Amino acid sequence: MLIKQAPDIPSSEITPEAVYLRRREFMLGAGVAMAAAGLGLGASSPVSASAAENLDYTPVNPLPDNPFYTNEVQPSFAEAASYNNFYEFGMDKSDPAKYAKAMIVDPWSIEVTGEAENTGVFPLEDILKQVSIEERIYRLRCVEAWSMVIPWLGFPLADLLKWFKPTSGARYVKFTTLLRREEMRGQRSSLSVIDWPYVEGLRMDEAMHPLTFMSVGMYGKTLPNQNGAPIRLVVPWKYGFKSIKSIVSIHFTSVRPKTSWEQIAPDEYGFYANVNPGVSHPRWSQRYERRLPGSLLKPNRIKTQLFNGYGEQVASLYEGMNLRKYY
Amino acid sequence: MGGVSLFQRKAALFIACLLPLAWLAYLIFDDRLGVDPVKVLVHFTGDWSIYLLMLTFSLSPLRQWCGMPTLLRYRRMLGLYAWFYTSLHFLLVLTYIFGWDWSVTKEELSERPYVIVGFLAWLLMVPMAATSNHFSVRRLRANWRRLHRLMYPVMVLGWLHIAWQVRSSYRDTLLYGVIILILFLPRLKILLKTR
Repeated sequence: MLIKQAPDIPSSEITPEAVYLRRREFMLGAGVAMAAAGLGLGASSPVSASAAENLDYTPVNPLPDNPFYTNEVQPSFAEAASYNNFYEFGMDKSDPAKYAKAMIVDPWSIEVTGEAENTGVFPLEDILKQVSIEERIYRLRCVEAWSMVIPWLGFPLADLLKWFKPTSGARYVKFTTLLRREEMRGQRSSLSVIDWPYVEGLRMDEAMHPLTFMSVGMYGKTLPNQNGAPIRLVVPWKYGFKSIKSIVSIHFTSVRPKTSWEQIAPDEYGFYANVNPGVSHPRWSQRYERRLPGSLLKPNRIKTQLFNGYGEQVASLYEGMNLRKYY
Repeated sequence: MGGVSLFQRKAALFIACLLPLAWLAYLIFDDRLGVDPVKVLVHFTGDWSIYLLMLTFSLSPLRQWCGMPTLLRYRRMLGLYAWFYTSLHFLLVLTYIFGWDWSVTKEELSERPYVIVGFLAWLLMVPMAATSNHFSVRRLRANWRRLHRLMYPVMVLGWLHIAWQVRSSYRDTLLYGVIILILFLPRLKILLKTR
């Protein structure tokens, strides 16, 4: 069965519609250092940091049949930045926004180890030099049956991984979140069942898929700490917990990594965690989701789609696999 | 204290039990429920169900431990409020989580243990709520007391309903578990006798 791959759009094509992060200013830590390529602004015309700060975020016009965009309703930046699962800062959805400020995200570096030629410790600035920032508007579906549409800024994970030159022995990529108990109060809790630090992983072909994205910003701004600053993964066809936040380590390996949630409850949180309305989590039906923001008069209860609606792009990755067994 | 009549105390308790609901109404009208209002409402009413159930269940032992025989006068009102918040919780789940969709409700009620025990707890509260009037007390006599021992399974099922939902922290579940266990201690005799 021939499944259409996600179109590989040259950046020249999406330039007029995209919001760009100005790399040098980001590296200098100039805060919101965006060059918005809106209607009045040419893609190459630089915008000063202060001007960028005053820009209201304008959703990018969706391109026809482009899986990188969706024109579904989005929460506001404030809403997306105040409703987070980031157990390192507490279990309540409002905890991360309250406590994640304590996390120091500058300087930041990622340690690359394992089955690759270009390994070592890479400062974030060096990593960002290797890639060009683009915008993707993705659906985010949580296993708790809520979902949001988020405009991310970042780059395809494949672009980064290629730079590390993984060897033939690299069959999986393992990601690890920051472990810093003095800054992350959730890691100090004795009643938490998570064995810190948080670990996630992808099969190599999943990691190299054009939809798989590394985000450094959202809504035209740098990523807030609670949303996984300074750099996080976004895998739109999988449940949210796969999209690991605040990454400090990338490890190429030949064996499937044991992910954090898999360690806690393997019967509930599988390694693949593909969004699938047909396979219910033992505690939550996955047939429906609440698309946030919702209100009591308009709860936005919608049917969940297989692979979160990205089946056309990713179904081929799982051809012949029993998705009930490999959930 | 001396000048306050039982009626006044009951009225005060009646209003106090309405305060969580008033707070909720305030949150709704002031648009403070956040991006996922459904979750807040369901958890809020669920929390108050278990608080009021534990409080109701504690009056009989507290009466003995504190030497306050008058405490039992408030039990019926607290029990009915527990029933009220549990019903509200159930109604919200039916509306916003199950969407009044029979196939979804059937799936949840047959496949999800925590939903099953929660529903059972609510169901067992129905006969207690229905017989919470003077007429029933007089008419059922000793059977009334026996019927209202349905609180025992309700407490256990309510606790299980919470415990089965734990994802990452056992803090609340442990706390409720200890409280409920302590409240069962003075009832051990009854429990053993009925065997």
